[in-house]
Amino acid sequence: MSSESHGPSDLAHHFDSYEQQKESATLGMWTFLVTEILFFGGLFAAYSLYRSLYPEAFRAASHSLDIRLGAFNTAVLIGSSLTMALAVRGGQTGKPKTTFAMLLGTLLLGSTFLAVKAVEYADKFTHHHVPGPSFHFEGPDAPHAQLFFSLYFGMTGLHALHMVIGAAILAFMLRPALRGAWTPRNHNFLEGFGLYWHFVDLVWIFLFPLLYLIGRHH
Amino acid sequence: MTSSPNPVPAEFPRTHYLNAAYGLKSWLWTRDHKRIALLYLVSVSVFFALGGLMAVLIRMELATPEGDFFQPDVYNRLFTMHGVLMIFFFLIPGIPAVLGNFLIPLMIGAKDLAFPRINLLSWYLYTIGGAFTLWALLHGGVDTGWTFYTPLSTNYVNTAVLTVGVGIFIAGFSSILTGLNFIVTIHRMRAPGLTWFRLPLFVWGHYATSIIQILGTPVVAIAILMVAAERVLHIGFFDPKLGGDPVLFQHLFWFYSHPAVYIMILPAMGVISELVAAFSRKPIFGYKFVAFASIGIAVLGFLVWGHHMFVAGQSIYAGVVFSVLSMLVAVPSAVKVFNWTATLYKGSISWDTPMLYALGFIGLFTIGGLTGVMLATLGIDAHVHDTYFIIAHFHYIMVGGAIMGYLGGLHYWWPKITGRMYPVFWSKLSALVIFIGFNVTFFPQFILGYLGMPRRYHSYPPEFQVLNVMSSAGATILGIGYLMPLVYFVWSMRYGPRATANPWGATGLEWQTTSPPPVENFAYPPVVTAPPYTYEAQPAAGKGAARVV
Amino acid sequence: MPNIPNSPLFPEQGSDIARSVDHLMLFALGGLVVFSTLIAVLVLVFMVKYRRKHEGEIGEDVYETNPKSQILELVWSVIPLGLLLILFGWGTKVFFDQNRPPTGAAQYWVTGRQWMWKIQHPNGRREINELHVPLGQAVQLRMISEDVIHDFFVPAFRIHVDVLPSRYTTYWFKATKTGEFHLFCGQYCGTEHSKMVGKIVVMEPRAYEAWLAGEPAGGAQAAAASGEQLFVAKACNTCHRPDSSARAPILNGLFGTQVTLQDGTRVTADENYVRESILNPAAKIVQGYQPVMPTFKGQVTEEELIQLVNYVKTLKAADGAAEARK
Repeated sequence: MSSESHGPSDLAHHFDSYEQQKESATLGMWTFLVTEILFFGGLFAAYSLYRSLYPEAFRAASHSLDIRLGAFNTAVLIGSSLTMALAVRGGQTGKPKTTFAMLLGTLLLGSTFLAVKAVEYADKFTHHHVPGPSFHFEGPDAPHAQLFFSLYFGMTGLHALHMVIGAAILAFMLRPALRGAWTPRNHNFLEGFGLYWHFVDLVWIFLFPLLYLIGRHH
Repeated sequence: MTSSPNPVPAEFPRTHYLNAAYGLKSWLWTRDHKRIALLYLVSVSVFFALGGLMAVLIRMELATPEGDFFQPDVYNRLFTMHGVLMIFFFLIPGIPAVLGNFLIPLMIGAKDLAFPRINLLSWYLYTIGGAFTLWALLHGGVDTGWTFYTPLSTNYVNTAVLTVGVGIFIAGFSSILTGLNFIVTIHRMRAPGLTWFRLPLFVWGHYATSIIQILGTPVVAIAILMVAAERVLHIGFFDPKLGGDPVLFQHLFWFYSHPAVYIMILPAMGVISELVAAFSRKPIFGYKFVAFASIGIAVLGFLVWGHHMFVAGQSIYAGVVFSVLSMLVAVPSAVKVFNWTATLYKGSISWDTPMLYALGFIGLFTIGGLTGVMLATLGIDAHVHDTYFIIAHFHYIMVGGAIMGYLGGLHYWWPKITGRMYPVFWSKLSALVIFIGFNVTFFPQFILGYLGMPRRYHSYPPEFQVLNVMSSAGATILGIGYLMPLVYFVWSMRYGPRATANPWGATGLEWQTTSPPPVENFAYPPVVTAPPYTYEAQPAAGKGAARVV
Repeated sequence: MPNIPNSPLFPEQGSDIARSVDHLMLFALGGLVVFSTLIAVLVLVFMVKYRRKHEGEIGEDVYETNPKSQILELVWSVIPLGLLLILFGWGTKVFFDQNRPPTGAAQYWVTGRQWMWKIQHPNGRREINELHVPLGQAVQLRMISEDVIHDFFVPAFRIHVDVLPSRYTTYWFKATKTGEFHLFCGQYCGTEHSKMVGKIVVMEPRAYEAWLAGEPAGGAQAAAASGEQLFVAKACNTCHRPDSSARAPILNGLFGTQVTLQDGTRVTADENYVRESILNPAAKIVQGYQPVMPTFKGQVTEEELIQLVNYVKTLKAADGAAEARK
């Protein structure tokens, strides 16, 4: 989040050295991710409260989610973190083709995740599990099941929004990657974005068990 | 800086950041932290004026027991908008966005903040958020109180809750980005030789503030989104009729809004440290204690939010925990007050205007802080919760504290920012008028609160009238006091005498460059070789500003 | 400690707890006056005594030169902390007194709604915006809101308690002085918040009895009876019968006991439990029962809920016979 992003990286006028610029960019991205933790944290707090208050409703609602799709998506996202890490490696070692290929892979895997999510959302829509006037739930304690679905859509929706933004940025990164924009001397943007992507992956790693795996151990 | 290796700056510079480029685009598309600070100065002043106007109208209504000036729902919009504008659009950006933006790079010897374009983005986000809120104001405003408790705000009012919520949400990102910028800047861009314990306490105060900004603001952002979801989609997060819990909102809201008050006061405390050191010509007593106290306040401040909810239906044991933690957070603030006082001992004290504001701060913050301790006391808070006692308490801190810190800082750094001095007599007179007006306005409110007058009341029992009239009279004096600096500051920009690089004879890297500074801040990159606030005596000379090297 | 005479600075002391709060406040106020005066005096004295005498003069770095500086720091951290902890302890004690009603207090019900207070006496007599109580009798109010959060505030008794729409909260006092005292709504609740006011009227016990007796016809037995009538009218008795099959838990003797739920946890069958069971029976299923009870949300008002809760409280276990599941 520092230098001119496309084309060869300059040293911004207010920095004294490439090292200072890189350290600032890295610290900036980490600080931003801390704010993101707190951002999601509020929803996690609300979820924890209501799950402890209404365990029956939450369990029944959770079981209506497709655990296979959720698990598949988890694997897809972890895979995309692998390709992302390899893309950063490509920048560090000065291999533009590797960087390009790995970024493309990340984009494809991320898009797969979003496509599966769209399928899940569509399914919820047809089953009338979307909160609002047309909500209908067959299991016990429907009002609190609606609360589960509100949190489900809120949390996965916020997560998906972060993925969409990430995917859009990825798309814009492909051309500069192929042209060698990110060099061993300066690949701040690539590395910073990598951090962001890993964070988004990490949020999902928490969301999946919380939302999909309530009481599934039998 | 005993013998500074840095060159002495020119007396009056020909080019500097204000005249380096002209035209609207050079201001609205600037990356220069100094120009961005001035953009903020204009915006926060506009919101302060609007919020102040609301206050005037409120006090006019409250001069009589009956609600005869405004309809109740108009009055409810007035106090809500007063709170929203003052807190989110004046006090929270306030000192960090104006003084912090301008001074932090100068104080650490850098050319700019770490992320200049993000700094500009912060200002735009703030302005867009403010625009939403102003639009809401013009379309009837909001009447939920600035705390917009649920389910009142989600299901029982049909005012512009959503618009104002969006405005605050966007402005919140401005706050987060400013905090992020400051943290990275202070970590990574200090001049050679400027170790952490050589930083001015102003910088420590802003560092602590930035931690709160990045950790707390996201939580209120989520709370706003949840309120919006409930209003628009009828999702039952908070309304029991839809399956939710109204007290959950209070937890999410206060988890941010309590630390938010430290966002408002820590920068002011940083200013006061600078003023007391400069106008006593000696180091702050117990520098390290004051630096750590800032961090301590930031950390402990996250643990005390439940003291706003002692009677809200949370368990009395939770109340006990929050009460004792609230007592703990008072200690670092007390330490700062004692340290400032001790700094005056054997100082060389001048009674310049900024120092008058600093002294006013020390007195009023002490009273405000000690009444805060009363509120942390469970048995007392149960009685004065949501009464005028609370209003008096937070105005002593916010107005008697934060705003006086802001004004003191403006009067101290004005010559550096504009290259001009303001008329001394008028500046001292207005400090006095503000001090008197403030006390006449808010002291009676402590008494009113203990007598039982609830807050947010449009009409009240007639036995409360005398104290209310006193308070309204004080508000008039205070209002006049605030108008005076507006007049002479603007006057000084054209007609004030030119200022030298260091008119106060103070230490600090910002005084080692011209007034106003060049675009790149320093002609030569500064180097720091001594602890902060190191003064060197000059022989008893005739008139003229001391040249402290 | 002496009584504080009526002063323009303090509201009337309507109860013993009001006295303790005022004593606590005086202690805190004393501390505030002492410390503020100390700081103000020191600041002013130093400002004058150490006024700059010539332009080049600087101050003395006392912190560095005085070896006792750090001890001083410690002293003025520890002493305030100690005083604060004393204040905390005392305040906690008062707070517990404010929030723990004694056993045997008379049970009243309060419903708050925009923008009025509806109050019900133990015997069923109802009032709007006024509460008549006898002197010297502990009074416990169980309160709930029909809409937004309100707050029951009587300055003379020195306590606020929020009135929530989701569950009952409790307010108690024992009046030690006859007279009329302000009742305010203490939590902003909308347009007419300032008008949601009333009064507490404290009377000599005999006068109170007389007042109670002079009530409109049909009031006295109304509450408990109407609870029973509602129980039948809403068909609760078709499942909750003492001779029942295992369709619904038996309510006789249930109130106040521990109930074991389906997942093994135990809860106390208090007012909130009974109210929740009527509005949202699926939230807590008793162990051994099926979730077949329908919800009565939207079919019963807060006032009717109060009558039903009151009625369930009166249902005693038949002598020795089957009581509610332990």
